[in-house]
Amino acid sequence: MLAFLQSLLQMVWKTVTDQPSPKSLFLSHVPEEWRPLVSAFLSVLPIVMVFPMLFALTTVVERKGLGRIQNRPGPNRVGPAGFLQFAADGIKAIIKEDVVPRAADRVVHFIAPLVLVVPVLLSYSVLPFGRNLVPIDLDTGLLFFFAVGAVTELAVFMAGWSSRNKYSLLGATRAIAQMISYEIPLILSALTVVMVVGTLSLPAIAEAQGPAPGGWLCRWHFFTPWGFAGFWLFLVAACAEANRSPFDLPEGESEIIAGYYLEYSGFKFALFFLGEYLGLFAASGLGITLFLGGWHAPFAFLEGWIPGWVWFLGKLVALILLFIWVRGTLPRVRMDQLMNFAWKFMLPLTLVNMLGAGLWHFLTNPIARWGLPAVLIGGAYVVLGRGLMPRSRVGPRVYRYAD
Amino acid sequence: MLGGGIVKGMVETARNFLGSYTDEARLTTVEYPEERIPAKENARQFPFLVFDGADPMAGLRCVACQICEKECPPQCIYIVKDTAKKPDYTGKLQFQPKVFNIDLSVCMSCQICVEVCPFDAIKMDTEYELARTDRFGALVFDKNRLAKPNAYFHKLHPTDGAEVDGRLAAEKAKAEAKAKADAEAKLKAAAEAKAKAAAAAAAAPPVAPPPASPPAA
Repeated sequence: MLAFLQSLLQMVWKTVTDQPSPKSLFLSHVPEEWRPLVSAFLSVLPIVMVFPMLFALTTVVERKGLGRIQNRPGPNRVGPAGFLQFAADGIKAIIKEDVVPRAADRVVHFIAPLVLVVPVLLSYSVLPFGRNLVPIDLDTGLLFFFAVGAVTELAVFMAGWSSRNKYSLLGATRAIAQMISYEIPLILSALTVVMVVGTLSLPAIAEAQGPAPGGWLCRWHFFTPWGFAGFWLFLVAACAEANRSPFDLPEGESEIIAGYYLEYSGFKFALFFLGEYLGLFAASGLGITLFLGGWHAPFAFLEGWIPGWVWFLGKLVALILLFIWVRGTLPRVRMDQLMNFAWKFMLPLTLVNMLGAGLWHFLTNPIARWGLPAVLIGGAYVVLGRGLMPRSRVGPRVYRYAD
Repeated sequence: MLGGGIVKGMVETARNFLGSYTDEARLTTVEYPEERIPAKENARQFPFLVFDGADPMAGLRCVACQICEKECPPQCIYIVKDTAKKPDYTGKLQFQPKVFNIDLSVCMSCQICVEVCPFDAIKMDTEYELARTDRFGALVFDKNRLAKPNAYFHKLHPTDGAEVDGRLAAEKAKAEAKAKADAEAKLKAAAEAKAKAAAAAAAAPPVAPPPASPPAA
């Protein structure tokens, strides 16, 4: 019994300090045939505990942050400074009546939130949270992530279709159009990393961004011209994938009320909310792994003695705060602007970015290696941006008859 | 530069975010149950009946003319006239309401009752915490609950109160002056009549037909 407890404590200690194979000693106390299941459970448990908790805190921080951006205090009643607001909201969501429209397709209506949440949770299984904290080290982790992430579209359309409501369906079609359009720049911007690192395994990609031997700076892909552009392209596409403001047209409460989750109330709505945020966190986590060095510290002297998951979580929180900041700043775009932006700006720019990554990979002269991709991507940014600008000549209005 | 507008906007929101922590004047929210703004002078919420003097029922200005009842758009006022009369502020006998009910759940705070009242008997209260736990009886305000002293009206609406009081005082003075003049006129008329009667009595014996033809002719 004592040895068992000791192994349990050792597992927790090893996990927190980011040491290799934290589960091995504990698993030796478990019967042979149960080991795979217990191991899987131990991997899943922290994900299921940490990320919904992060979601809960994010909702409060988001509401408070948006409030402050609009010069009002935000929620400040429940708990210290309003930070227990999520608990009140959760209890409210659970005890609320679950209304299902009479004309709805009850089965699909019921499983749509689950179809949204479960694949999103699955996509966490390939993210490297720390040096030794990878739930599954898949060789094709990136592919798995995008494959599982694409199920979100199905869930959204299930919700919109089964509600038997015009607004829901409008929201769902908008969401489908938007998600499919932005999936392409998302994947193409991620592909540059695969081109340069040469693997689809996310732990290997994170590993490759460590400090160079003898160097002081970590080789985050963000610090390269193609990585810098790729990161921002990825972030914008992820923002649109997660239906976040300014790309939250599928919700569009001023025009289509709440889009595809209009007919959802109570805990099902909370699940949609959870799924949306978890999807955003997962996409941010992928962005961190691909471009921001994963669990690596920015500088070589910070490596090693601060556990990797601290860096990962810190970067994740920073990205969440950035998303909140963007939401508080930018108004919602129009549908045609959204589509133009995806197909006329994001997609060509990601293709040029891939060219830049290729140049970076094959050139050896440092000046050419840095200069050529930078000029290429910067030029494409300016030219494509100019092309996207509306060419309307706004001058003083001329009245034909009144003058 | 392309994207410069986004950066500009982000800087602006960041300034707002940080400013809300450093500059108290930015946060305009009044956190209601703990702090509240004093009501504006012309605020209006729900009517009340004004009374003069110490006894609410005796000093009630309302004369049960039922104009407010007829004018009320949502018909939330219910008045029953009393058969007994009571003197108003000038001392003149007036009708009084036996029942005067206003239904809070129906009232729409339009102040038309106040506008049409010729007796300045009904005014608007600024009290807004009127929620009740009872859905039925507690929402109907009878005349005992509606009656508020004139001093309360002055406190809520000082300008209006001074104007009304001045007018009422002027009317009262006028009425008193008229009563005095009437009394004097009456006294004078009585005296004149008396004098005339005396003169007639004095003049009656010599001539049988009264003053149509002067006796001196």
